[in-house]
Amino acid sequence: MKNVLRNPVIAGAIGACFFLATTPARSQGPAYKAPRTTDGKPVLNGIWQAMSTANWDLQPHSATAGMLWQAGAAGAEPAGMGVVEGSEIPYLPAALAKKSANFANRLALDPETKCYLPGIPRAVYMPFPFQIVQSAKQIMISYEYAGAVQLIYIDRTKLSPVDSWMGWSNGHWEGDTLVVDVTGFNEDSWFDRAGDFHSNKLHVVERFTPRSPDTLMFEATVEDPLTFSRPWKINMPLYRHVEKDARLLEFKCVPFSEELLYGSLRKKPANNQK
Amino acid sequence: MRNHFAFSLASIAAACSLSLPAAAQAQSGTAKKVPAAKTAAKPWTPPRTPDGKPDLQGVWNSATLTPLQRPANGPGAGKEFFTPEEAAQFTKQELARVNGDKLDGVGNYNEFWRDRGQLAPDLRTSMIFDPPDGRIPPLTPQAQKRIAEKRAAARGHDFDGPENRSVEERCISHRNAGPPMIPTNYNSNYQIVQSAGVVTLLSEEIHDVRIIPTDGRKHAPASVRMVNGDSIGHWEGNTLVVETTNFTDLTSYENTTPNLVLIERFTRTGPNSLMYEWTVSDPETFTKPWSARYPMFKPEGVHGDDVIFEYACHEGNYGLLDSLSGARAGEKAAAGKGGPPPAARAPREN
Repeated sequence: MKNVLRNPVIAGAIGACFFLATTPARSQGPAYKAPRTTDGKPVLNGIWQAMSTANWDLQPHSATAGMLWQAGAAGAEPAGMGVVEGSEIPYLPAALAKKSANFANRLALDPETKCYLPGIPRAVYMPFPFQIVQSAKQIMISYEYAGAVQLIYIDRTKLSPVDSWMGWSNGHWEGDTLVVDVTGFNEDSWFDRAGDFHSNKLHVVERFTPRSPDTLMFEATVEDPLTFSRPWKINMPLYRHVEKDARLLEFKCVPFSEELLYGSLRKKPANNQK
Repeated sequence: MRNHFAFSLASIAAACSLSLPAAAQAQSGTAKKVPAAKTAAKPWTPPRTPDGKPDLQGVWNSATLTPLQRPANGPGAGKEFFTPEEAAQFTKQELARVNGDKLDGVGNYNEFWRDRGQLAPDLRTSMIFDPPDGRIPPLTPQAQKRIAEKRAAARGHDFDGPENRSVEERCISHRNAGPPMIPTNYNSNYQIVQSAGVVTLLSEEIHDVRIIPTDGRKHAPASVRMVNGDSIGHWEGNTLVVETTNFTDLTSYENTTPNLVLIERFTRTGPNSLMYEWTVSDPETFTKPWSARYPMFKPEGVHGDDVIFEYACHEGNYGLLDSLSGARAGEKAAAGKGGPPPAARAPREN
């Protein structure tokens, strides 16, 4: 794959196919030309956030009660049109059964409740802002949730040295689009609160394309032959935080998860943990 | 370092990539050939970022044997700089003192996992340079009282629940990440990425990213508190000056309060070196402010690569789980025998 892509003709042809395949979605209105860095790349700097219910469920879904009846309507799940192209995530049969089991036990199993690192692409559409800091050699994406970080290497392509929650990100530019190839995942993160999951064979290709001064189009192709019958794609806009004092704050959630994780081991457990 | 074994494959790989003999050679070579007190002579002009600011970017390593405070006795006591002979003696003694391979039982890491570094090239005897005695100034009476009360309240409750353990064991924060960023001897790696109006500093430990705006904005409102504090920066010549406030009581550094005002200064001093300096002002704790510094180095050629690995500490925190369940099991066993529970042992900091 890597060697093939190094061939400029083949890479160009693949790029062209990709462009043609994705053009219809973007053909409304004239193409937006983003401001440039000194080395001629689009500037993606800023604080961004998705405005969708994707973190609840990537697929189309109705409003429904939340995980804890005690939270009442405040914890309920809002409806959403879904962000998956073609609506359905193409699970292999055994994987679909596991997804259902995940959903049934989501309070205990969703890594989000435990303040675990979110993985990619979930970090992008969690209901928290993230900041892109762009230099020529590396692009750092700092996610407010759990202080997660994605360091994207532009200056070199490296194979992932080890598996990790956030994976290993190699980036390159295709026209105005930042393409991030992410591999080296462990099998522990989820895609959403609906139990959508993956194996450690996950391969994600993210595409960030400036759409207007204050919006980016985000697209992610998800491939995992142990879990899905074919690659599938999500896409959604990302919105810039335009408030004058917008900034990434701290959401170090470990203390918020400690009662859940360790409460039963206290010398004097709280009533609900006895 | 502590009994929670942050079981991240990434951290194992990071440790595995240390080439200890190479590190020792490269660093001891540097130490011997740089004469003390002559290093500040020649100014070096750092490269610039596209927006004309000093370029601090890259991966930096803070491992050092230079102590925070000047040794009270032995080699270096009462002196600002070690002689080369004293430096060799101090290094030998210090490495022997902290050697994890000599300890038995659980609760310590073997030396293989450590990144001890070595003395700063100018052979300073302490990171603290102000006050000139190289020691932390005396605590105020109110701080002495506060600390004594806190210790008394904690006594006998070491393993009651997660809140009784350190922020490091709980994977909330780490001395490496600070701020201030205090060198430890483990995962002492940082990466700086800059863009217009912002400097970001990723600490490998706990995967903390500090986003330091340099666009002239003010601190967040006082009611917004953060474990890592709220940092804003500005440039003074070739130096990035960062002021951090809005701390919490989870981030007590050398007994500081949440009202700590921390000033940090980052200055490139050469192609592969960066001076890190900080000043602690916390009148509720110290009778006067104090300042310290140490050099960071690019790890290229030492660790063989210049990448930061993911340190998923909380995600693999079996140590905290096992510490608490061990304490409960001990209490249960003791209750069965009618005696007091065995004294739980705190993890070693070696």
